[in-house]
Amino acid sequence: MGRTTLDLWVGMFVVAGIAALVMLAMKVGNLGTYNVSESYQVHAYFSNIGGLKPKASIRSAGVLVGRVTSISLDTERYEANVVMSLDKRYQFPKDTFANILTSGLLGEQYIGLMPGGETEMLKNGDQLKQTQSAMVLEDLIGKFMYSKASETAK
Amino acid sequence: MAVVSTIRAIGNRVVSAVWRIGVASRFFFLTLIYSGNSFRRFHLIIKELFSTGVMSLIIIIVAGLFVGMVLGLQGYETLKRYGSESALGVMVALGLVRELGPVMAALLFASRAGSAMTAEIGLMKATEQISAMEMMAVNPIARIVAPRFWAGVISMPLLAALFSAVGIFGGYLVGVVQIGVDEGSFWSQMQAAVDFREDIMNGVIKSLVFGIVVTVIALFEGFDAPPTAEGVSGATTRTVVTSSLAILMLDFVMTAIMFRGA
Repeated sequence: MGRTTLDLWVGMFVVAGIAALVMLAMKVGNLGTYNVSESYQVHAYFSNIGGLKPKASIRSAGVLVGRVTSISLDTERYEANVVMSLDKRYQFPKDTFANILTSGLLGEQYIGLMPGGETEMLKNGDQLKQTQSAMVLEDLIGKFMYSKASETAK
Repeated sequence: MAVVSTIRAIGNRVVSAVWRIGVASRFFFLTLIYSGNSFRRFHLIIKELFSTGVMSLIIIIVAGLFVGMVLGLQGYETLKRYGSESALGVMVALGLVRELGPVMAALLFASRAGSAMTAEIGLMKATEQISAMEMMAVNPIARIVAPRFWAGVISMPLLAALFSAVGIFGGYLVGVVQIGVDEGSFWSQMQAAVDFREDIMNGVIKSLVFGIVVTVIALFEGFDAPPTAEGVSGATTRTVVTSSLAILMLDFVMTAIMFRGA
């Protein structure tokens, strides 16, 4: 086999390998759907985040607008501090309401944003003041049992 | 007396194993030092890329397709019990990109290309081609070992990526085309769950490490083989056994480091 044919084969191999990597990145991974570079960060305090994890999606009206960057416990307030990075294309009013929701009954948890009515928009580093904690299934069952018990006691 | 000789034999084995590791590391550094030359004569690397990379394509693609198909089939059977068939894409993609792609491709690479490297170099040594090169003041590490090393290091991540891509296609064939899982949720859930940096790049790093380890073991065993027919066959066997074990052990260590938080 001459050198030119050999070079062609090796070139084809390298191209196929790189094409596979690009296909993995675009079609399988999240590189094609969400661009991290053009984003701004906001944070919010929740009294209970339930099963929320870093990289959980942030949705508004069901549309993916960002991802959770980090979660930590603020020991001054004893509340969870959730940092979110939102897509630059989507601007939200200052009084936006952040809500931890669950997709389906047992699905993964995400943050839902409900825009408020203010004219001023959120900037990088701002805090979402109004939050609602995650709905924890055990608490709900506990409340239900308690109310049942008090009903039968009457 | 039997006890003493047993202890002595064990000690001898341990010492010679450590000694071999030392020689292998020295060999690895020599390869790195002399590899500048092989980049200047890049056609040497291209020739080796053909025999290690291109010739491994068929086994990688066929194996990847079938592994992906089996994952699709088994994943569907298990996920069906929990009513979450739509997560099939996530399972197939994460399984392949994180673990099976790099590991299976490296195992196949070790037995397909690694053994060939060892046998080739061992035979060169047995027929005194290497000594002849030294006589002509050609450094055999720069001329023979370094191009093969770089060819292995370059082709391993590409082969692993191909394996994963073809495997995901196999999972798609079985899951979506044959069984009838919803195509939209197959791809969209996969895209939501697979992270480029966290999953795909870590898979690439894994395969790069495997590429280095497998080629160094194969080349060293070939270079170190006793110059007899028996010696070459023993070295080839050792290449496959040692590199397979090294791949699986390193995979555990790297998985523990990379994915513990996720």
